[in-house]
Amino acid sequence: MLAKRIIPCLDIKDGQTVKGTNFVNLRHAGDPVELAMRYSDEGADELVFLDITATVDKRKTLSELVRKIATHINIPFTVGGGINTVEDVSVLLENGADKISVNTSAVRNPQLVSDLALNFGSQCVVVAVDIKLFNGVWKVVTHGGRTPTDLVATEWVKQCAASGAGEILLTSMENDGTKAGFAIDITREISQSVNIPVIASGGAGTMEHFIDVFTSGAADAALAASIFHFKEIEIPALKKYLATHHIPVRL
Amino acid sequence: MNVKIVKYNAGNIQSVLFALERIGIQAEVTDDAGEILSADRIIFPGVGEASTAMEYLKQRNLDNVIKAAKQPLLGICLGLQLLCNHSEENDTDCLGIFDAQVKKFVSDDLKIPQIGWNTIQVTNNPLLKNIPDNSYSYFVHSYYAEVTADTIATTTYANEFSCAMNKNNFYGVQFHPEKSAATGEQILKNFLEL
Repeated sequence: MLAKRIIPCLDIKDGQTVKGTNFVNLRHAGDPVELAMRYSDEGADELVFLDITATVDKRKTLSELVRKIATHINIPFTVGGGINTVEDVSVLLENGADKISVNTSAVRNPQLVSDLALNFGSQCVVVAVDIKLFNGVWKVVTHGGRTPTDLVATEWVKQCAASGAGEILLTSMENDGTKAGFAIDITREISQSVNIPVIASGGAGTMEHFIDVFTSGAADAALAASIFHFKEIEIPALKKYLATHHIPVRL
Repeated sequence: MNVKIVKYNAGNIQSVLFALERIGIQAEVTDDAGEILSADRIIFPGVGEASTAMEYLKQRNLDNVIKAAKQPLLGICLGLQLLCNHSEENDTDCLGIFDAQVKKFVSDDLKIPQIGWNTIQVTNNPLLKNIPDNSYSYFVHSYYAEVTADTIATTTYANEFSCAMNKNNFYGVQFHPEKSAATGEQILKNFLEL
């Protein structure tokens, strides 16, 4: 049976792992290569690496870091942050990324999703969608949550899937960093509206939250950062817990 | 050991190179017939669409090079599918090593492609030495090879399919051993020890 995936996320700023609340108040969480290796050894199903500085002069540093991580881990590895072109993706893949994730750049230029799918295959294109509630409607926000858009979340996700996105990484900015649980209703709605996997992100605080997002939320995978970095929840214990609650996981 | 990876227009092979490096092998990527056929082991990777890949192989005579291989050859993902007779993906005639059809998953309730970790049910074959039954491997695919006499391991998603095949010196895996943690590493080691 296909397993539900547990995915730790490393938010990288200037070569260090950081994590904040609602994408602000960043604090340091350790060396990314060490963390990546720890997660791979502990049974993480994939790794996501988001470069949140992603300024032009930092890109070389990023690809070096990607290469260092990719040589050490034997699970799928997604890299995102500041990807605007087909060429940006080529560099990351050449350095060992298996998938890339685009967010703001896809909203700004929806053609990018189809271009990437055509050049590298859908399996390698993850569209990260950050969402926030505006008067009861889930809408897409960009630039790490700072910029609102008029895009309705469900519509945007369907458009991405039709353009060739291979997976959706859905982050609720209402929940991110709160440790109060995932945004269950919108995750289910989006997961059921497309035929590609949805990775739920934002709000994980307890092991029960993961059960909720896999059952009620119909998520295919769940992503979290700080609870793993600071060992509030350890991946082996989480997976055992999920298995005892009849969630299929890779042990 | 001289390991060559067949170079063609089918996806990112950096992960395969890194996975081999982790077990001490510096493989080379080439589309040169002589180099491929003089290797100790050949890896035939692939991610992408079947007809485009077959067309590319034929244009460079790589289809005949692969068929001529006498040393152990491992097809990965699309590589396994191209070693079969025929693929439903754009009605493509493939290399015909494995007497099997490649079909598209059909399901009302499952997402297609299958993306993620699924269990493999193994038989006794040297490629699968020390792989416990129901080990997890990482898959990304919409098409699958049917179960035939060449099947050496199966997985179920929508229906049962061949996740590993073997005929003579030809081997194929539908999952990505280079991304399948300890299970994948063991299978790559087994392939090198064949």
